[in-house]
Amino acid sequence: MTFRFKTFGAAALIAGSVHAMPAFAETALNVVMQAPLRTLDPILSTAQIVRTHGFMVFDTLLGMDAKYNPQPQMAEYSVSADKMTYTFALRDGLTWHDGTPVKAEDCVASIKRWAANDGAGRTMMASVASIEATSDKVLVIKLAKPFGQVLELLAKPSPVPPFMMPKRLAETPAGKQVTEMVGSGPFRFVAEQYRPGDQAVYVKNKDYKPRSEPMSWTAGGKVVNVDKVVWKAMPDMQTSINALQSGDVDLIEQVTIDLLPLLKANDEIKTGAINALGSQVTGRFNHRLPPFDNPKARQAAMYALDQDQLMQTAIGDSQYYKLCASVYGCDVPLASDAGSEYLKGSAKERMAKAKELLKASGYDGAPVLMMQPTDLTILSTQPIVAAERLREAGFKVDVAAMDWATLQSRKNSTQPVAQGGWNMLFTYWGVAGIWNPTVHALLDGSGSETAWSGWPRNARVEELRAAYLTAPTLDEQKKLAREIQQIAFDEGFYFNAGEFQSVAAWRAKLKNLQPGPLTLFWGVSK
Amino acid sequence: MASYFLRRLLMAIPVMFFVALFVFLLLRLTPGDPAQAIAGDHATPAQLAAIRDHLGLDKPIASQFAAWIGNMATGDFGESLISQRPVLEMIGQRIGPTLALAVMAMIFTVVISLPLGVLAAWRHGGMVDRFVMALSVVGFSIPIFVIGYVLIAVFAVDLKWFPVQGYKPLAEGFGPFLHRILLPGLALSFFYIALVSRMTRASMLEVLREDYVRTARAKGLGERIVLFRHALRNAAIPILTVVGTGFAMMVSGVVVTETVFNIPGLGRLVIDGVLARDYPLIQAIILLTAGAYVLINLLIDLSYALSDPRIRYQ
Repeated sequence: MTFRFKTFGAAALIAGSVHAMPAFAETALNVVMQAPLRTLDPILSTAQIVRTHGFMVFDTLLGMDAKYNPQPQMAEYSVSADKMTYTFALRDGLTWHDGTPVKAEDCVASIKRWAANDGAGRTMMASVASIEATSDKVLVIKLAKPFGQVLELLAKPSPVPPFMMPKRLAETPAGKQVTEMVGSGPFRFVAEQYRPGDQAVYVKNKDYKPRSEPMSWTAGGKVVNVDKVVWKAMPDMQTSINALQSGDVDLIEQVTIDLLPLLKANDEIKTGAINALGSQVTGRFNHRLPPFDNPKARQAAMYALDQDQLMQTAIGDSQYYKLCASVYGCDVPLASDAGSEYLKGSAKERMAKAKELLKASGYDGAPVLMMQPTDLTILSTQPIVAAERLREAGFKVDVAAMDWATLQSRKNSTQPVAQGGWNMLFTYWGVAGIWNPTVHALLDGSGSETAWSGWPRNARVEELRAAYLTAPTLDEQKKLAREIQQIAFDEGFYFNAGEFQSVAAWRAKLKNLQPGPLTLFWGVSK
Repeated sequence: MASYFLRRLLMAIPVMFFVALFVFLLLRLTPGDPAQAIAGDHATPAQLAAIRDHLGLDKPIASQFAAWIGNMATGDFGESLISQRPVLEMIGQRIGPTLALAVMAMIFTVVISLPLGVLAAWRHGGMVDRFVMALSVVGFSIPIFVIGYVLIAVFAVDLKWFPVQGYKPLAEGFGPFLHRILLPGLALSFFYIALVSRMTRASMLEVLREDYVRTARAKGLGERIVLFRHALRNAAIPILTVVGTGFAMMVSGVVVTETVFNIPGLGRLVIDGVLARDYPLIQAIILLTAGAYVLINLLIDLSYALSDPRIRYQ
């Protein structure tokens, strides 16, 4: 028996040492991403993980730098004096991953596909007279009416960036996913090693020619310093942390805040924010159904709710969240304090105001159905806390527990609650997807079927959003954005429940992790 | 035997059809929208409608079912709605780790629980018996994820004998494969060790009271031969049943074990499929699992004849 045990132990040790030996000398970055990659088309999907995948494989005509300015990336650009014609000249040496050269006609088809799938893109196309390739290397966008956001939208990193792809892929019909990953970005996708929901592998694109400017968010030279990046999905955070501590993985994109103390005690691990922008938690009202079809009831709910309470519940540690009124994110150029009166005052004062407003609304005691996603940690607690505050104000609230997929489906229903509708839900948005009135879906005041769930209707907001598109200066844009924000509060478009910061953890041997509006894998070395 | 085997296989066809129908209807009645899983949370209704239209999700349920059954009859299980890859290819990528895990757990189960059960019955009422019974209570009571975390903490984090997570296929070498699958296999086997050792003990106790065991002992046969050749073989039928159905039941335990040890197996694939409402994927996995159940039950029935020559199938 002793002999057998020793034999077994030796076999295990040999197995371990064999495993520990690298098969060949390559620099591989093993990463646990914040979500599994299940789909690949970064134009059809608005998911953050698919967007990050998009920036690995595809490139954009323009990039966005850390000062929120559009900068040349695949193309240099010029704008006519009347700002009605935008000319883009592709830089030399751009090739697709299948070896064919990038042509202007590919980019024209790509912009058209992006615009058909992205809300802001559709807005832009309403002002565009033509998009044409005038040669293999030059494309021209001509406007039919003034539109001041062309460069900003072509550079935007979220929620759907205008990624360039070969024409044959860009001409994929609407609603159909592109599954062949041929881009011109700094990494090539290894289709053979892709396991949907589990693993995605990218290798350095050796044909990629980075720009000469320094890296700055998605602008500048995308210099890749590793041979391979492997994304691993790990559904259990404790397993991810074990893997990071043992060296099996190099980076966890998003660590659960309450497990951070486990990592902070380890000298070989660093933690911090690599995503420069946070995410805003939003409590959305359904404007089509009572009681939130009444602005006074929405205002009552906003006074009853409390940013700090909601953030404390979801995040816990105040160093990882911010409280501000800005609907565009706390630290972006358009941030302002418009509407902050709805967030000020003691909890008692605010509750008194909420009760007063609810009484004035003529609320008849109809139950509010609050949807609670039980399988999404970051959003599972807010509905419970919010429901308690609303009950204290005088609302009758039913919290409906469901999984995230059910919530996503149910939120699209415009039917009464008894027939599958809803009254209130919580979700969150990356700041890069809400940082101005054009991209911010929750500020859509059209009330139309094509708008994001909640369907507020306000003609003045629509006028201001249209004016924003042609605003010539940042000061003018700020003025318009401020007025939109004030109306969004007054009309109760949604409750801004605070902004949290994602925290990443990585092995100390990783150098030059790039801050950005999303996790970037160029610049980093191991 | 062959005609019995064929008859049982034919009987499986209606079973599989009703499983297919039930799963198909259940999934369509479950709230959720695969289009939303593809387009993400921030998609607009127009985008969702375009995706639904492309995937054919707005067609009548009856025609969707007919198309699915028709395709399956030709061996085409369809494509994942979410990843747009053939579901059989996706299952093929994931079935290896799950089978490896289940087989490893079953090896642990048989190697540990049979001797324990026999010993407990042999020393009925003694210390060994009490120890085995206590062990089985622990095995039944502690959830798999707790066992998994404890094993990782002790053997991977503290002693560093094993990696904390991950899987290596057999193709990358037997050493790395074994090194990664031992701990998860052990974690998954705990419940089954408890179950099978208890069943073995109970079955053995019954057999050990039989006259032929007394006769064997009276003839002067050694205890090892009495226990393992005479008693265990006659006690085998209920044990085989439990081992066989336990293998099929492992599906639920596999999901948790794969999550804790980060093994890219079928359990995690099916959870992913459910969360994303990936109908063809879930349907295919459940149908294949049902097929495996049918097959395992048939194999269990056939194995009775091997352990008991009196049993004949015609």
